[in-house]
This record gives sequence, C-alpha cells and structure tokens, in this order.
Amino acid sequence: MLSAELRVPAGERGPTPVVALERVSVAMGGRTVWRDATFAVRPGSFTAIVGPNGAGKSTLLKVLLGIVRPSAGAVRILGQVPRRGLPQIGYVPQRRALDPDTPVRGCDLVALGIDGHRWGFRLPRGRHVHDRELARALDAVRATPFADRPIGRLSGGEQQRLLLAQALAGEPRVLLLDEPLASLDVRNQVAIAHLVASIVRERDVATLMVTHDVNPILGVVDQLVYIAQGSVVAGTPAEVVTTETLSAVYGAQVEVLRDRHGHVFVVGLEQEAAHAHEH
Amino acid sequence: MSTESLLTAPGSDVSWNIVRDIAQMFDYEFMRNAFIAGTIVAVVAGLVGYFVVLRALAFAGHALSHVGFAGASGAVAAGVSPIAGLLLFTMGGGAVMGALGARLRGRDVVIGIVLAFMLGLGVLFLSLYRGYATQAYAILFGDIVGISTIDVLVTLAAGVITLAALAAIYRPLLFASLDDEVAAARGVPVRALSVGFMLLLALAVSEAVQVVGVLLVFALLVTPAAIAERFTVRPPLVMACAAGLGVLFTWLGLTVAYYAPPPVSFFITTIAFTTYLAVRGVQALRTRGRRGGAADLEAA
Repeated sequence: MLSAELRVPAGERGPTPVVALERVSVAMGGRTVWRDATFAVRPGSFTAIVGPNGAGKSTLLKVLLGIVRPSAGAVRILGQVPRRGLPQIGYVPQRRALDPDTPVRGCDLVALGIDGHRWGFRLPRGRHVHDRELARALDAVRATPFADRPIGRLSGGEQQRLLLAQALAGEPRVLLLDEPLASLDVRNQVAIAHLVASIVRERDVATLMVTHDVNPILGVVDQLVYIAQGSVVAGTPAEVVTTETLSAVYGAQVEVLRDRHGHVFVVGLEQEAAHAHEH
Repeated sequence: MSTESLLTAPGSDVSWNIVRDIAQMFDYEFMRNAFIAGTIVAVVAGLVGYFVVLRALAFAGHALSHVGFAGASGAVAAGVSPIAGLLLFTMGGGAVMGALGARLRGRDVVIGIVLAFMLGLGVLFLSLYRGYATQAYAILFGDIVGISTIDVLVTLAAGVITLAALAAIYRPLLFASLDDEVAAARGVPVRALSVGFMLLLALAVSEAVQVVGVLLVFALLVTPAAIAERFTVRPPLVMACAAGLGVLFTWLGLTVAYYAPPPVSFFITTIAFTTYLAVRGVQALRTRGRRGGAADLEAA
C-alpha cells in the first residue's frame, strides 16, 4: 500500500508555497474521486501529477482552476481560493484534434493568450508592445519558425508548443498542463518535457503537469504527486519511483530499472515499456 | 411573380455600352434598393460566416433559417409583417441553441428533426393564408428586387447593430471559438458569448433570408467564408475576404438577373457554388502538380 511518510505537509519549510492543499477531498456525482490530498508546491518548481487513467488527475487541475469545488478541505493558489479568471495562472488543457482547415495561424492562437480575454479588437496603437510580447512567447517555446502556418496543419508537438506559448503569454506564476505529452512520439515527449523544465527554471514559473507516463519526466521534475485508488500522495522522485510504490499506484506489475549511467526507466506501463528499450 | 417579370422589364436589352447599361439599371428604384440591401446583407453574412465556419455551426445556421421560415409564414398568416415573425423565431431559436452551447456539436440528427418540424409548421401557416404561392416563394427563395425603401433602412439598422456587436465581442469570441476551456479559465464568459453569437447569427440569417430566402441562406453565410479560408488564414483577412466575396456574388447575381429571366437567388447561389468549385479545383491541381513534381525528382 501507499506509505504515509511520503506526504509533504503544506508549507513545511522554505518560501510560501504557490499551491497548497490541506486534506482536500473531491466528489463528483456523489462518488468520491479522491480524498485527503495534502501537498504544497514551491515557487518555481516542477511537479508531475501521475497515476492511471481515470484516477482524477485532470480533476486536480480543475480544482486549482476553480472549475471543480472540493467537497472538503482547503485549497490555496497564489494565496487565494481558486476561481476562474485569475490572471497569473496559465492553463493548457488536453489537446484536441484540430480541423486541418482551421482558418487561424499559430501566432493568432498565441496572441489570444496575451489579450484574448479583453473585449473589442486589437487596436493598432498598442501593436508595438503586443508584437514584442508575442515574439517573446513564441521564442520561449522555439515556435517562431512555424508560427505563421495554419494551426491545423502543424504536428502534434508543434501544436503543443504553441499552446504552451499561449499559456506563457499571460506571464503566469503558475502553469497547469494537462497531458501535454499525450499522443506525441517518444522523441517529442522528451523534447516537450525538457522544454517545460527549462521554462520552469528560466521563468521561475511553478508548473504542475499531468501525465500518465512517468518515463519522459524522470530526471526533470522536483516533485511527484500520484493519484490512485482514491488517495493522493506527494514525494520526491527518489521516494516515489520505486518498484513497490509504482506497482501499488498503478495496480500492475511495474518495475523500476536503473542502467549503469544512472538513468531510470519504468517498465510495465502499457506500451511505454517498448519505447524505453529503444533508447 | 410580379417582381420576377419586372426584371426583364423595358430597356433591359444588352447593348455594348456598359456604362450606359449600368446607369440604366440604376434608374430603377427597385434595383438601387436591391443593390444597397444586398451589399449590407452580404457584408454581415460574410463576417458572421467566419465564426459559423470556425465554430462548426453551418448546419445549425441552416436550421435557424428554417425556424425563421415557420416564424415568417406564421406572421403572414396572422397578418403581421413577415420580418417580425422571422426575427422573433430566429432569435428564440438562436438563444436556445446558444444556451445548449458545446452540447449542440455533433447533434445533427436532433437539429435535423427540429428543422423538419419547423418546415412542416411553416407549410401549415402558409396554407392558412390566401396569397399562398407568392409569399411562400418570397420567404423560401428570397425577393431582393421586391424590397422597399423602408426595408432597406431596417436592413441597414440591423446590419449596423450586428457589426457593432460583432466588433465588441470579436477577441473573446475568437478565443472561445478556438479553445473554450482555456478561454473559460482566463475568465472569458464562454456561455454568454455562445448565446450572444447565436443571436447575432439569428439577425444575420433573418437579413440574408430577404435576399436569398430560407433555403439558400448557406450561399451567403457559409460559402464565402469557406472560400475565403482557402486563400488566407489571418482571421481579420479571412473575414474581409468573405465579406468581399459575398458582395461580389450579390452584385454579379443582381446584374445578370437584370438581363436574364431566372431569379436573382439562382444566380447568386450558382456564382457562389461555381467559385467554390473553381477554387477547390485549382488548389487540388496545384497540390497534385507539386506531388507529381516531387515524384519526377525522385525518379530522376
């Protein structure tokens, strides 16, 4: 079973956490999704939320966005009770398939992250500042080369970079990413995971990223929050990424392997095992 | 059919002096009114059409015009102005569709069932009215050359209101159309925008019905935007291009119909359809040419 000593009490030490959950439970349609979640996220740190499909990982992000209200416990994000429209939160939901003919360019999508919530249309007067902010956001995710192309015709990895740029364009202090690695090939998974990690460091933006696959984020995250069988437990990668813990989390035979360079691979999760051997 | 026969009225023979021919066409008040109203409607429909295509609401917009048919024919039966019934029904239908929001997507069967019922209701209302054929014809296929100066002013007012409202909600509407989840998280009132846009669509549809009729609204609402998005992907340019194409189709349709017997709506829809086919054809040939060229290079 999941061991209790992995829990990190909220605001244990160091700077004031940007996200803090205290004995939070969530129920949807009368059914408890998970309960008793207690963990904190330090400013400028990278947290991965892992666990099997349907465990309630996305629900955790929706609690932080103020879309889902917890049934018990206290949640704080940037010192406030979560609500919609908090300007310092960047959000990238699960990517949907886009119509290839969508009449919008990549940079149009990113620009909406800067001022899409404002009424009216963009006036030529503020154009200069706007263009500079846009260029900065595109540059941060290295999306400048394909920013003028129609979004529907870009690859999954390119679309993911643009969505990330859109979230960054609002200059957030907390970034919430829902399965940004889903339906990407292994090379792109690793590239996006490292890109997010570099953004966390360079821009000092605390990031919570939902992922069902552990491998691409090993070695770049500071904290793992795992959700399984109704419980939420947080810990450092060293504490969590062990054969015993992960097997308990996923309810499957999972093995954690270490090669002689110190690289860690998790084997036994769906088809990801095959990908890990290729590298 | 009075207005249709007016079209091949005195003096409408083709000469080789184009300037004189056009000047002659504008001597008639009904032609001047038709051009003014047609232009306003085409601009509004083209701009609104961009969001119809982007939000995948083409079928919903089509259905909305049929809801309007029931309203217009009901108004005729009740002895009220058809435009009042048209507006009332399309606005009501639009509000319901907007409130359903994202749940409307992929509900073609439900929309189709409501559409069929509305057409049936319209037929009943028309049968209660004595002047059956002419009124039905005007509502179903449009009667742009029968438009009065008062109608032109009403169209202008409705057009200005629609465009002002569209300009006011442009940015958040684009945001919500592309990604409603992110927009909602940023505090954009996604639900209210959905209702608001459907009301604008209802206004645009009601206006377009006057020109091309209930059954042919698609030609002004969807076709120009669908062609425009093949030329450019910059949102404001696509909108401008769609409006421009709509105006071009309407002007060409009106001019040709002035000299030839078939009704205006036939020409507008045919010109729109032919343009769409031509653009797709040219683009298909180009892609094939590129692929063929690549294959040749590989072979060499």
